[in-house]
Amino acid sequence: MISDAKRTIEAVWGIESARLIAALTRFTGDLSLAEDLAQDALVAALEQWPESGVPRNPGAWLMTAAKHRAIDLYRRSLRLQRKHQQLGYQAEAQQEQDWREFEARPDDEVGDDLLRLIFMTCHPVLSTEARVALTLRMLGGLTTEEIARAFLAPAATIAQRIVRAKRSLAEAHVPFEVPGAAERADRLASVLEVIYLIFNEGYSASAGEDWIRPGLCEEALRLGRILAELAPQEAEVHGLAALMELQASRLRARLGPSGEPILLMDQNRARWDRLLIRRGLAALERAERLGGALGPYALQAAIAASHARARTPEETDWARIAALYDALAQLAPSPVVELNRAVALAMAFGAAVGLERIDALTSEPSLTDYPHLPAARGDLLFKLGRYEEARAEFERAASFSLNARQRQQLLERAAACQR
Amino acid sequence: MRVMVLVKADKDSEAGVLPDEKLLTEMGNYNEELVKAGVMLAGEGLHPSSKGARVKFSGEKRTVIDGPFAETKELIAGFWLWQVKSMEEAIEWVKRCPNPMGVESEIEIRPVFEADDFGPAFTPELREQEERLRAQTAAGK
Repeated sequence: MISDAKRTIEAVWGIESARLIAALTRFTGDLSLAEDLAQDALVAALEQWPESGVPRNPGAWLMTAAKHRAIDLYRRSLRLQRKHQQLGYQAEAQQEQDWREFEARPDDEVGDDLLRLIFMTCHPVLSTEARVALTLRMLGGLTTEEIARAFLAPAATIAQRIVRAKRSLAEAHVPFEVPGAAERADRLASVLEVIYLIFNEGYSASAGEDWIRPGLCEEALRLGRILAELAPQEAEVHGLAALMELQASRLRARLGPSGEPILLMDQNRARWDRLLIRRGLAALERAERLGGALGPYALQAAIAASHARARTPEETDWARIAALYDALAQLAPSPVVELNRAVALAMAFGAAVGLERIDALTSEPSLTDYPHLPAARGDLLFKLGRYEEARAEFERAASFSLNARQRQQLLERAAACQR
Repeated sequence: MRVMVLVKADKDSEAGVLPDEKLLTEMGNYNEELVKAGVMLAGEGLHPSSKGARVKFSGEKRTVIDGPFAETKELIAGFWLWQVKSMEEAIEWVKRCPNPMGVESEIEIRPVFEADDFGPAFTPELREQEERLRAQTAAGK
């Protein structure tokens, strides 16, 4: 029974913790203190709920417990400061008053608090790694151990990363606010980057034995879906949501019987998740309806949507995909986008056309040990019947790959070139 | 994990009585909360079973039975599909739902099968793939 109660409390915590921490941060102005207060409330729940049962409104219960704790701390610090009794009493009364107002706030302000919180945990003063860990902890309600497991890092490393991140935010006096118009675009880009990074870490594990870690994908999707409701006027928020829904729709089809990755064109499309495709297309439509040119996430979502709409690989509109990569290359030029564009062009207009583009990329310094470049080149050479060159490229790709399963697959392709 | 959340029918829902405005508003708010929390994937309300049909299977025989159906409490009036972290989370969310039928009603939560539930080697898809491979290997010899 005790362990049942504990699991229930954990579930409530998962639902309530982000809102709790957000509200407390707004009230105390201090993320670290807010988290401590929320944790204290959790401890109180763990002590009391197994006996008393889960209260009817657990969120409000936790908030009240955190509030009592905050007022306690406040009183103690007042005493420590040896303030006059009278001043202390007034300050307390003021604090209680503030809390009452704070608790009576309508729900959309709670949403605003969450938005402020995610802008804070994704603040550019933090390293990318710190942003990811802090966001998963504060918004995702993940424990340090869960984050460590997901990123194959020691728990101590993650714990330290989170402590340092909180300290950096305090030292930089990062305010708890939704950034103003001037910096909004940059700050939003940072939030989207963090969420997509979490998704990608799950979707295409960069290291380790497993190719995908669906838990991280689900977490990123959840954050993306939440953000889409917190900032519904931002087209790129829907663009990112669409991109993740569409990519996640292929998760089930991406792995073969022994866990090896199956490339997009070879996937069994019957295994694609129609519900996620529908959600992805709807999110993309939301982004498009907001008007203006599509941003980089919406463009990538549009590319994923082109694949999702094709019932068979042959139906894929490669010319449209190449055009979308064109647009993407103008917005966010990168050798990786160029590589993808080359592959799309090869599919639309023949392997020779694509190979010409890819050859132009081989001197690109940032791609020197990028396995997908020789892998794509090998594929086109193979299609052109240049098997010996293809084999060398697949072997080179394998030597760059950090993922065990991907490496094995590339070596198999290399072996298939021996004729 | 995904769960399907099934709202059971009652006398009124089977009689086609629509929920009153108060319940509609509460349900609307609740649905909004689910969407905002990133939990809601899909959901629909169903017409009474009088508009439904059943196809009964007996060996090769198929018999169509038109609604309504008798066992009201076992019928379904609506469903949601949710993305949650655990059954416990799903239960917590359901406890927050306004009483869907008024006085007496029931909501059932059923986890959706995921690839992992079959064990790595036993999804029908994989089994089929393996059989195909075996057939191909045999044919090659």
